[in-house]
Amino acid sequence: MDNITQKLTQKSESTKKDSMGRAVSLAALALIVIVVVAIFAFVISRGMSTFFKDGVSVSDFLFGTNWNPSVINPHTKQPYIGALPMILGSFLVTFLAAIVATPFAIGTSLFMTEIAQKRGAKIMQPIIELLVGIPSVVYGFIGLTVVVPFIRSVFGGSGFGILSGTIVLFVMILPTITSMTVDTLKSVPRHYRESALAIGATRWQMIYKVVLRAATPGILTAIVFGMARAFGEALAVQMVIGNAALMPHNLISPSSTLTSVLTMGIGNTVMGSLQNNVLWTLAMILLLMSLVFNLIVRAIGRRGEMK
Amino acid sequence: MNAKTSDKIATGVIYAISSIVALILIAMLAFILVRGVPHLSWHFLTSPAKAFEAGGGIGIQLFNSFYLLVLAMAISFPIALGAAIYLNEYAHKGRFTTIVRTAIEILSSLPSVVVGLFGFLLFVVKFHFGFSILSGAVALTIFNLPLLTRSIETSLAQIPNLQREAGSALGLSRWETVIHVILPAAVPSIVTGVVLSAGRVFGEAAALIYTAGQSAPALNFGDWNPFNIASPLNPMRPAETLAVHIWKINSEGIMPDLSAVSAGASAVLIIVVLIFNFSARKIGAKLHKKLTSA
Amino acid sequence: MSKSHRGTFVSAFLVVIIIAAIGTGYVTREKNSSGVSITAVGSTALQPFVESAGEEYTKENLGTFINVQGGGTGTGLSQVSQGAVDLGNSDVFAEEKQGIDAKKLVDHQVAVVGIAPLLNKNNGVENLTTKQLQDIFTGKITNWKQIGGNNHKIVIINRATGSGTRVTFEKWGLKGLKSLSAQEQDSSGMVRSIVSTTPGAISYASFGYIDKSVVAASVNGIAPSNVNVMNGKYPIWSYEHIYTNGRPNKSVQQFLDYLVSPKIQKTLVPKLGYISIHDMNVVRQLDGQVVEK
Repeated sequence: MDNITQKLTQKSESTKKDSMGRAVSLAALALIVIVVVAIFAFVISRGMSTFFKDGVSVSDFLFGTNWNPSVINPHTKQPYIGALPMILGSFLVTFLAAIVATPFAIGTSLFMTEIAQKRGAKIMQPIIELLVGIPSVVYGFIGLTVVVPFIRSVFGGSGFGILSGTIVLFVMILPTITSMTVDTLKSVPRHYRESALAIGATRWQMIYKVVLRAATPGILTAIVFGMARAFGEALAVQMVIGNAALMPHNLISPSSTLTSVLTMGIGNTVMGSLQNNVLWTLAMILLLMSLVFNLIVRAIGRRGEMK
Repeated sequence: MNAKTSDKIATGVIYAISSIVALILIAMLAFILVRGVPHLSWHFLTSPAKAFEAGGGIGIQLFNSFYLLVLAMAISFPIALGAAIYLNEYAHKGRFTTIVRTAIEILSSLPSVVVGLFGFLLFVVKFHFGFSILSGAVALTIFNLPLLTRSIETSLAQIPNLQREAGSALGLSRWETVIHVILPAAVPSIVTGVVLSAGRVFGEAAALIYTAGQSAPALNFGDWNPFNIASPLNPMRPAETLAVHIWKINSEGIMPDLSAVSAGASAVLIIVVLIFNFSARKIGAKLHKKLTSA
Repeated sequence: MSKSHRGTFVSAFLVVIIIAAIGTGYVTREKNSSGVSITAVGSTALQPFVESAGEEYTKENLGTFINVQGGGTGTGLSQVSQGAVDLGNSDVFAEEKQGIDAKKLVDHQVAVVGIAPLLNKNNGVENLTTKQLQDIFTGKITNWKQIGGNNHKIVIINRATGSGTRVTFEKWGLKGLKSLSAQEQDSSGMVRSIVSTTPGAISYASFGYIDKSVVAASVNGIAPSNVNVMNGKYPIWSYEHIYTNGRPNKSVQQFLDYLVSPKIQKTLVPKLGYISIHDMNVVRQLDGQVVEK
């Protein structure tokens, strides 16, 4: 009798296992959150020390156009730490790449979903997936051996610059935007298309007036994701942009991005020195920007839902 | 312009755009393979790199890439699996879940160079791991976790709820349902996801430059004791991977046959990634057939 | 049920095997006293030299393992002053690097590297005075015809800020002036190929990179050659340093001795385009004074 009560009141074997499994999987999840928090804590604490420890003013950093952290400005007794050239460089390559890539991405995904589904699935799908898989150093290598000499021979100059960076990034983010756009287009309900065709729309009218309209939030999300990838890309850009911390005058003069200055400089500076701290501040900007991109995606999603 | 003509023009434009995209990829692949494959030889694939003389290979870098990949996968897979199971099977909609999902999304959009710098700061400098396989594997894990978690979660979500209800109806606890019903059904697409993410990890360089390091000391391939310093398995040695090698020799290499080596190494990298891509699909399809036919 | 038991059994078995393998490995690891590991971190320019010398050294002294890593001069110096590594490779005097407490570090000079201004062939200039170099790199002269060359706009190509080559060039070529911000390249090979293909280009690289595709300009009438550096006539050169934290221990000292031994200095050093430390007839002190040996 006791035995039965015990059995009934005690947790069963499988309940124990269940709570254990739940705990283990929760722990794994918690670990990921901890990692994210740690990354933010470390990078931001390093990045902020430029402002707190070294006493650099935020506006000098964000809007200064002269970057040369190892040289002291004789007037202000502060090193030259204007990060605007890099910030501008990053935004320029990102936006230009997105502007070039978007029509290509939309065209390709329309081909895959609306025009030629069969061939789309057979030929374009694997092509897009392969493009996603190509490592960024290979893009950089191609940029260095093909794009840069090409620009040099067409436009003169050294060939390194925003234009080369844009071309390389365009190819890199194209598959990201395309595959996400394809998913969005596929999720547009079929009866939208059927109703449009039924009232006598041509295929293009159906695409342009119905499908693309319905898919706009999704496409915007895809573009923002592509931009986030372009903004954070380091090596491929660093190999072709020329790495001059100058305000970009034109598209073929050498410039630099946040990531390119980071990868080149972090080993040449001493941990804890101002020259090193400002690099961490650049890393912090990268971090915050990826947060901003996330928020944008969220905002778009919410507006899409409301409709 | 009437609707029919614009329809035709638009269709033509779309065709043109898609062909350009296809051409870009084919041209890129052809360029890499045509330039690189002639340099491939058994010697190139197995001998160590030379710093300033011609005739070096990529043997150690290739081994390092695979070793790091295996280690990173061994660390990240269980974590990602656990996290995905919790998110898909246990979590309720609520504030906690939203925060966690946001965290994962942010982690997945972090530039890999920031992940690498974090690894440098914490593992290389603070924990005194030095430039080592261990630091590199942890950095790769951080890089890989969000992608893998999301892909496993998608795989789990694809299993219809009917299966879960059937498990409950049989008196199985939720955990037992996951282990005995859901996971086996999801294995094919999980495997596909894992192999695809392996391809991305294999080609990653930015996260490794300041964690696994940029040097590949000579290894003694007769010694597989991980505690010996020249052993290939020693996790505390610096390990330049193939992707890092390509970046490094292109930005500061001094060997005379630099262009040949970087072309060959790029070709190897591409071929391995292609193999990962194709086998992911093949293995997934095969497993699916095997596990569901019965 | 039996199936899941089998699963448990198999995984338990695997765990036991792995633990046993690791245990055996730990017990049988090479414990003999000669199993020394020397770690060097720092300058990527010096890395191939120390690496190759380390390989030779390992062949002769079995059991000693030389672990050479890049990471940059800044990383090398900060790691060695924290005591995290044995050797810090550097292209510059530790005193010249901001944020380093150089008092704790001991300097070992292992080679000399000369740096020449590289010019595009079409510039029409083969000799530059220090004043002209300063004016070019600070932007006061913007066209080669201003100093008697052809009508080409001057295109400046710098090395990365903080890189040893750039620090040396600015210190001795520009006499301490800093170059204006311009395009930066990380690799000497890349610098040379850009200079050779860009009309009006000027940059600088170590002697090892001089070839027929570019003009290596004389400075104040003195040609950039090894002999002129050895005699102290040509001004733009620097030492390659390896730093230790305090006095090195016996095995580290042995390796450092090996690096400056005639064997290495006669073979490896010239191969890398460096000048042997023993061939120098002059010594440059930290304050920049050059004295006869």
